[in-house]
Amino acid sequence: MTETVISTKKLTKRFGDFVAVDEITFDVQKGEIFGFLGANGAGKTTAMRMLCGLSIPSSGEATVAGFDVFREPEEIKKNIGYMSQRFSLYDDLSVMENIEFYAGIYGLSDKEIAEKSKELIDKLGLQKEAKKLVASLPLGWKQKLSFSVAIVHQPKIVFLDEPTGGVDPSMRRQFWDLIYDAAEKGITIFVTTHYLDEAEYCNRVSIMVDGRIDALDSPSNLRKKFGVDTMDEVFYKLARKAKRSAD
Amino acid sequence: MDAITLTNISKTYNKGSVLAVDDISFNVAKGEVFGLIGPDGAGKSTIFRLLTTLLIADKGSATVAGHDVVKDFQTIRKLVGYMPGRFSLYGDLSVEENLNFFATVFNTRLEENYDLIKDIYVQLEPFKTRRAGKLSGGMKQKLALCCALIHKPEVLFLDEPTTGVDVVSRKEFWEMLSRLKKVGITILVSTSYMDEATRCDRIGLILSGKLLSINTPEATVKAYPEKLYGVKADKMYALLNDLRAYQGTLSCYTFGEHLHLSFKSSEQEVMSYMQSKKHLNIEMKPITPTVEDCFIRLLNNQNDRNSN
Amino acid sequence: MKYFINWHERQNVRQISTTCFCNEKMKQLASFVKKEFYHVFRDWKTLLMLFGLPVIQIMLFGFALTNEIKNADIVVVDNAHDLASQQITDKIAGSNFFSVRKTLRSPSQIDAAFKEGKIKLAVVFPVNFNEDLLHLNKASIQILADASDPNTATTLVNYISSIVSDYQSQLAPTANVPYAILPEVRMLYNPDLKGAPNFVPGVMAMVLLLVCVMMTSVSIVREKELGTMEVLLVSPVKPLMVIVSKAIPYLVLSLINLSAILILSVYLLDLPIKGSLLLLFAESALLIVTALSLGLLISTITSSQQSAMFASMMGMMLPTMLLSGYMFPIENMPVVLQVISNIVPAKWYYIIVKSVMLKGLGFSSIWKETLILTGMTVFFAILSLRNFKIRLE
Repeated sequence: MTETVISTKKLTKRFGDFVAVDEITFDVQKGEIFGFLGANGAGKTTAMRMLCGLSIPSSGEATVAGFDVFREPEEIKKNIGYMSQRFSLYDDLSVMENIEFYAGIYGLSDKEIAEKSKELIDKLGLQKEAKKLVASLPLGWKQKLSFSVAIVHQPKIVFLDEPTGGVDPSMRRQFWDLIYDAAEKGITIFVTTHYLDEAEYCNRVSIMVDGRIDALDSPSNLRKKFGVDTMDEVFYKLARKAKRSAD
Repeated sequence: MDAITLTNISKTYNKGSVLAVDDISFNVAKGEVFGLIGPDGAGKSTIFRLLTTLLIADKGSATVAGHDVVKDFQTIRKLVGYMPGRFSLYGDLSVEENLNFFATVFNTRLEENYDLIKDIYVQLEPFKTRRAGKLSGGMKQKLALCCALIHKPEVLFLDEPTTGVDVVSRKEFWEMLSRLKKVGITILVSTSYMDEATRCDRIGLILSGKLLSINTPEATVKAYPEKLYGVKADKMYALLNDLRAYQGTLSCYTFGEHLHLSFKSSEQEVMSYMQSKKHLNIEMKPITPTVEDCFIRLLNNQNDRNSN
Repeated sequence: MKYFINWHERQNVRQISTTCFCNEKMKQLASFVKKEFYHVFRDWKTLLMLFGLPVIQIMLFGFALTNEIKNADIVVVDNAHDLASQQITDKIAGSNFFSVRKTLRSPSQIDAAFKEGKIKLAVVFPVNFNEDLLHLNKASIQILADASDPNTATTLVNYISSIVSDYQSQLAPTANVPYAILPEVRMLYNPDLKGAPNFVPGVMAMVLLLVCVMMTSVSIVREKELGTMEVLLVSPVKPLMVIVSKAIPYLVLSLINLSAILILSVYLLDLPIKGSLLLLFAESALLIVTALSLGLLISTITSSQQSAMFASMMGMMLPTMLLSGYMFPIENMPVVLQVISNIVPAKWYYIIVKSVMLKGLGFSSIWKETLILTGMTVFFAILSLRNFKIRLE
């Protein structure tokens, strides 16, 4: 029996007259890798903020990790991990200090922190870099580290906002290895990306156009449905008809 | 005459402790679209800044439109258009104000080279009173391109113009570039999106400050030494782990819906190995490598060298 | 003949191109300045702070003070009982600013009277006042004022001083060696006289520095952060153009700000500008240029808006408040700080403004300070222009 960890019903966010997110309805199952795609300005970021408890929806319903986004945003924050392309790690702290800090704010005990940090550093092969400042690491490593830090407290769901932007193709794949690994352990992955080959790695993807979800299915089904060979073309077919081009 | 030449250019930062560009030489012909392909931190931006006269190389020489980048920097600054890696417009000025400002910076008016930017400007026009900071990523890039083109430069430098931009906008952006090429503008562009490489006349793969190969996209792909297969089965992640553990595997990584696999054993051996691991619905077919495959190969080779 | 025509044509072409060149430069500059003004006006929070701050400071001060002075109760302690002391006392009593009570004799009585608030001021004539005046050509009067209301105290002291000097000029209208009566002024309870006359020049110095140093440095560094500086550098625009166009809006804004402060201080605080207004503005313009070059200097050595702001605060605001003499008198400071205070531009400006505005002195008495300030400006301007990079490193 699968467990639903994200569930939204007609979730909507308005800014004045502007409907940024327009009645989106979808469910995400435990352990799923869910790709959340859309053109710039389609409303991805706004939707993601609502799900993370950072922004109160205008109408509709949504539960994340079993908690209501209207009434229990603080509970949601305790049960999710979040990683954005920027601002995830402190450049002026060492690798170890970053891990300790994040583990600390999620209330892990000292013993847990010590265990986790060691485990994490071994897994990433950062033994030599553990005491170095994060600023000195290459971008790909930073992103891998920041993903690992985002799931250090074993959240139910982790939200990844364009985690691989600007990262080289080899590193991107190593990054996805980490994602697969986390998903195998039962952590639900909610990820946005501009690299459409990465959409193929997701169990299901949704494609947002003008604030609505225009398509939601597994990559192979989407390709079949649109009669094309790649996700790139699926996306292009959908996003091309977008009316609005600015946030 | 070549529009851009670099001869044994090296550049270090922090008093020589960080080698950003390591003995790079290449030429870009007039009217050519040349792509610098490489990850973040490979040295792409440094090359752009050296060529746009913003930095001075430690070693080597370079020319742009026939002028030396150090001696004739003022001449070059009149002849080139530059779009830096990050958003470089005034967010608190409207689209129109930004355009007009950059027009006067280059001693020109919007109308003067209107033909050149018409296609882009038409898309921006509905938002011309909107503050540039409130535009979407794709629109910002278009505006920045417009500003860089406003004085009809001979050489256009575009440093990662499509980073963070969605597929639709990226496609449009590249269509604009091919139109500019027709007018005879030389374009040096960098990107971390490998799929964009095929839209360049020639590409240079750059990594850790070194140029690993310079060729047309077709020739780059042809030079791929091993035979490459696309493999697929029901449980992809398990398949990936199994194939990586297989001793005959040279490389195996995810690529869209397939795994890209190269190996030293026979096809038959690999197939039976996968079957022995109880994979279902196995598909395996030879495929033509892409630029991305070439790049991954180069990256992996380098990583191997580093770890040895 | 053919050659001649050709030569002539070429000459024409060159002329046309040079005029175009000039026009282009002007157009560029205008466009730059316009853009800077857009930035300024669209950041209305900063704008509000810039104009609100001095206005609020002046207004608060204005309402905290009463400037009505009539028939202030004073005492004259006449230890001399001679002609001169008598004549001066009569003159003081004759003016309608003071009502004189002559009943006090001893210093302790004066103290008591001050403490009870019965009197605002005391004039003490020493023994042998007239004789000193006649034989030594030099005599002192002690003037004690209750400076807990500093504005009143200063005004009263100024009245007494002018009455005394009036008496002197009557005494020796033609003499080569004028008799010198030196009023020895002691401000009780508030010796450094933190009051409107001192406050206004202080506010002026601070506001001008705040606007110019901080705004200039932040606005240039912002372009670095934005990446627009990169684009501007890779353009035919001369770096000087970028700098000058940054300076112009803040110069204009500062002069407007200055006018606002002066108007408020004249009409709200009844603080007249005794000296030449033109001189005051010219000197202020000088400080603005000093501040602009300092701001530029800060922008060349910082790379984030935050650090530029911090550098302006630490480098300018604090020294201006603490070492210019406007909050704490420099004479009372340790020698080290007194020496350091000499490199604070605000100190010299503060002296200049006090001289021009409050004392009504002309250029001849402030040329030294002006020269120092000019020297500083030239120094900072050259340093920052040399530091301003035409490339990225």
